[in-house]
Amino acid sequence: MTSIQIIFLLAAAGTLAAGVFVVSSPKILHAALWLIVSLFGIAIMFALLQANFFAVIQVVVYIGAIAILIIFGVMLTRRIMQDTGLQLTRFWWGAALASLGIFAGLITMLSGWKAADIALPEMSSSGTTQAISQLGQALVSPDAYVLPFEAASILLVVAMIGAIYIALDRK
Amino acid sequence: MNFWNDPVNFIGQWLGGLLSGLGLAPSLVNFLLSLLGVLVLAMGSLLFTIFLIWYERKILGRIQDRLGPNRVGPFGLIQPIADMMKIFTKEYITPIGADWLPYNLAPIMAVASVLLLYAVIPFGNRMVGVDLNVGVLYLVAIGGFGILAIVMAGWSSNNKYALLGAFRVIALLVSYEVPMVLALLVPVLLSGSMGMSAIVQAQAGGFWYLFVAPLAALVFFLSSIAEVGRAPFDLIEAESEIVAGFNIEYSGLKFGFFYVAEFLHSFTVSVIFATVFLGGWQGPGAATYPLLGFVYFIVKAWIVYFVLLLFRGSLPRFRIDQMMDLNWKVLTPLSLSLVVVIALVDKLLANVSLLVRGIGLLSSSLVVGFVAVEIMRQAGAKRRREVAPAFEHREAASGSAPVQPGSGGGL
Amino acid sequence: MLSDWLYIGLFILIAAALPAAAIIVAGLLGPHKPNSIKNQTYECGIETVGETWVQFKAQYYIFALVFLVFDVETVFLYPWAVAFGQLTLYGVLEATLFILILAGGLLYAWRKGALEWV
Repeated sequence: MTSIQIIFLLAAAGTLAAGVFVVSSPKILHAALWLIVSLFGIAIMFALLQANFFAVIQVVVYIGAIAILIIFGVMLTRRIMQDTGLQLTRFWWGAALASLGIFAGLITMLSGWKAADIALPEMSSSGTTQAISQLGQALVSPDAYVLPFEAASILLVVAMIGAIYIALDRK
Repeated sequence: MNFWNDPVNFIGQWLGGLLSGLGLAPSLVNFLLSLLGVLVLAMGSLLFTIFLIWYERKILGRIQDRLGPNRVGPFGLIQPIADMMKIFTKEYITPIGADWLPYNLAPIMAVASVLLLYAVIPFGNRMVGVDLNVGVLYLVAIGGFGILAIVMAGWSSNNKYALLGAFRVIALLVSYEVPMVLALLVPVLLSGSMGMSAIVQAQAGGFWYLFVAPLAALVFFLSSIAEVGRAPFDLIEAESEIVAGFNIEYSGLKFGFFYVAEFLHSFTVSVIFATVFLGGWQGPGAATYPLLGFVYFIVKAWIVYFVLLLFRGSLPRFRIDQMMDLNWKVLTPLSLSLVVVIALVDKLLANVSLLVRGIGLLSSSLVVGFVAVEIMRQAGAKRRREVAPAFEHREAASGSAPVQPGSGGGL
Repeated sequence: MLSDWLYIGLFILIAAALPAAAIIVAGLLGPHKPNSIKNQTYECGIETVGETWVQFKAQYYIFALVFLVFDVETVFLYPWAVAFGQLTLYGVLEATLFILILAGGLLYAWRKGALEWV
């Protein structure tokens, strides 16, 4: 096992464990902090894949912005920020069983998936400025992603207008 | 390879040869060398903070017509070391109901988020920790951890002032990230790379982005002062409003580290400004003699830091609504239009010589700046006219009649 | 390159370990005599009343949301800026349109008074 594989396994285990803590911790800020740990684990995966841009974006957008938004959202919705009781229902074993079943199903489906065997072309420029440049050109070239690019802009504006309309109290 | 042309790699190879001579595996040697580099960089910046604290107190003292520290050692140079020894022997007081792990993690994270910025800063030609191809966004990403440290400190202290202060500051910090990131877009656009070394290389020959895009530099400078939480944007520690803000319940070295993080961060933003807008280590002879470039770099960063201190020493604190207005109604629209104008002008002038292009970009920046100032002047005059009758009315009625508030909106 | 990230990973560990070690050392050097009055929450000299973690107003959320929208926008613009030298005028105009649509959103927020701090 190479050191990269060890790092990957540690990061994957950390991401999963943090994900479990998100739903099981009684204090809501702890849940938010565990969510950040989990998101950071994903950033490590991107870094291991040498997708530098996505690794940094994962941190900028998810940890720097969405986590803050969630924390502010939490402050709005709850009167008291802490649950006293256990975070499990009486039927937690049922939920565990169901999720294990779904997990097993996904594994069997994906192991038979043909597309997973097709070797992707090696990207010679990964981790360089050239790779980001290619992405940038694709975003605005008419035979690539210019329509999704502009649609993303409209989507962002619609989300902002909707949230302002709902959240702002009208006098 | 000779020491004067490539000092870092020279020392690296020499040490590497020494360690290999001891019979260590090459991968272990590489690991030890990286570890040494990181330790030197991190320890160096932490110890440098001690000097920064002395310098800042001295300059602020001079601005306020005082002497500043002058008792311990020559010119009071030993003062911060004495302070450090004192703070190491202070008791930690943890408030009742504090959340142990986030409470203790917050100061560590505050310092780490500043130290990590130094990983991508090029100190000279071939003198850089790691030349990441997404360097600029890396700086933004690490800044997010600093914000997170404030969230954790404010939340875990079990104190209403700490929580209120933290949330106020976070709302400000995330807001000022918008113009900062947009202003950083301009150097990336002009140099065609997000790597810090490439941005420095693109400014060779005096083609500094401060001259080419002065408005972007100004927006970046203002928003980075706000990010650091320095006067006139020092709402982070508005003593008179929220006691001390997010760090009120911290004591001893835990408080000290928030202080260290702030001082080091304010020098670090000067360093980033010097890298991105002042050509980094560029200067006569710097490409062949990196140590000379290092000297140029520190001098440039020091000048920016001095301007930052002058700001701190001479301007009063803004109110929070004024700060929010400045960000969302001035800096953000300004930087958005600046990005558009610079992109269009640069593309239209793509085929002319570098000098003409530079002059074109500079004049477009000046035009945008002039238009912005004119709009702000007129909006301000309109606002003053709206508010003025209310004051006259109040004076006439000698305060007994209820005051008609100015019809809000506008700037 | 992968070794870049290993270096940064190392940097993260060191940058966290240095202050942590200093805090532990200072904890050993300093006195440790807590008592229940000393450890009370400081609130300008009066006793604290009620819960700390209370509900906040919606204004904070709106600012965070507007910030998020612009943050995601700049994330889209960064690869465009890196590719800028290779783009045609068409590509620049596309990004201009992108920015203008978002500027329209900012204008909406401004007019609705969502950017007022109250």
